[in-house]
Amino acid sequence: MTENYAWAPDIYDVLKDLDVRQVAYVPDAGHARLLKMCEADNAMRCIPLTTEEEGISLCSGAWLGGERAVMLLQSSGVGNCINMLSLANTCRFPLLMLVTMRAQWREFNPWQKPMGEGTRPALEAMGVKVTQAEHPDEVGETVRSAGEMAYGWPDMAAVLLHQKLMPVKTFGK
Amino acid sequence: MDKQRADNYELHRREVAKTLLADRNDDFLVITGLGSPNWDATAAGDHPLTFPLWGAMGGAATMGLGLATAQPDKRVMVMTGDGEMLMAMGSFATIATQATENLAIVVFDNERYGETGMQATHTAGPVDMAAVAKACGFPVTATVKTEAELMEALPLIKEAKGPVFIDIKVKAEPLPFILPTKDGVHLKNRFRERLLGPDSLL
Repeated sequence: MTENYAWAPDIYDVLKDLDVRQVAYVPDAGHARLLKMCEADNAMRCIPLTTEEEGISLCSGAWLGGERAVMLLQSSGVGNCINMLSLANTCRFPLLMLVTMRAQWREFNPWQKPMGEGTRPALEAMGVKVTQAEHPDEVGETVRSAGEMAYGWPDMAAVLLHQKLMPVKTFGK
Repeated sequence: MDKQRADNYELHRREVAKTLLADRNDDFLVITGLGSPNWDATAAGDHPLTFPLWGAMGGAATMGLGLATAQPDKRVMVMTGDGEMLMAMGSFATIATQATENLAIVVFDNERYGETGMQATHTAGPVDMAAVAKACGFPVTATVKTEAELMEALPLIKEAKGPVFIDIKVKAEPLPFILPTKDGVHLKNRFRERLLGPDSLL
C-alpha cells in the first residue's frame, strides 16, 4: 500500500473540498503522486519554489488575494521556513503545510537525522499546530482537520506524513 | 565595492514612492518590504490596499506572487529594498517561472542596509539586480538612475506585461521614520475587506 502512495488521492480530494487553488512545493518523492494530480487540475496552480521559505510568504499573499494555498515539502525543508513563519504567526495568515518525514523509520541517510528530529519542535516553537498521520487510512482526515483549522480559524497547521507511508529509500544498496 | 557611490545618486526615495503611488485606484495592490520602503510608502500616504511588512525579510516578492496569482485582473507592485531582495534572490527564478503578467517588483536600491547602520549591501559591489532578474527570465527589466528614466519606467511598472523588475538607484540618506500601524492582523483584514468585501472577514 505504501509503494503506490494510495493515500495521495485522499489528500487531493480534501484539497478540492477545501477549495485550495495554489500548491507551493519543493518536490519530494513522497509528494510525487499528489503533485501529479494537482498538476492535472486546471483549478490548481502548482508553484515550484527554490526554497521552502518562499512558500510561507506566497501562501500569505494568496490569502490576501482571496485564495487558499497549501505547501508540500519534506521535513528538511521545514528548517528553511523558520523566521518566515513570523509572517503567518503575527498576521494570523492561514498556513497548511504537508510535510513528508525523514529520519523516522528505516532511514538510510544519517544526514537526515538532525532536521528530521527537529521538525516537530521547530514548528511548535514557531507556533504551528502539528499533527501526524502514520497509517494510510488516516491521512485524508488528518489533512482535513488541519486544513479546516488553518483556513477556518485562521491559523498555522502542519501535517507530518510519517516515513512509514513511503517506500524505504536505500540509494540502490 | 564603492561604499560612497550611493551618497551622490540623484533620486530621493520618498519622492520616488510618491510618484509610484500617485493617482492609484483599487486595481493597484501594493506590498512593501520591511524597513525604509515601508516608511516611504507610509510617508506617501497610507492606504488599505498597501500591505507594509514589518518583518519577514526576503518574503515581499513571493508574497506579491501569491497575491498576483490570486488576483490576475489587478496590478500588483512589490516595493522593497536591495537588502531585502538580496535575501530573496531565488524568488527571481520562482516568479519568472510562473510568468506572472500582472506583477512588478520595484527595488529602492540605496546600496545600504538602512535600518542597521547603513552598511553596504552587495549592490554597492558588483551585483546588478536587474541583470539577475533578466537572466532568470523576467521579460521587462531596467535600472533607473534619473528622473527621466523614472518617468520611462512608470508605465512599465503600471502596465507592462510582466513580471517586471525595476531597480531604482536612490540616494543613501537618513530620513525620519513615518510608521504605519504595526498590527499585522489589522493590516491583513483591512486589505481583504477593501479588496474582497466585508464578507471576507466572516
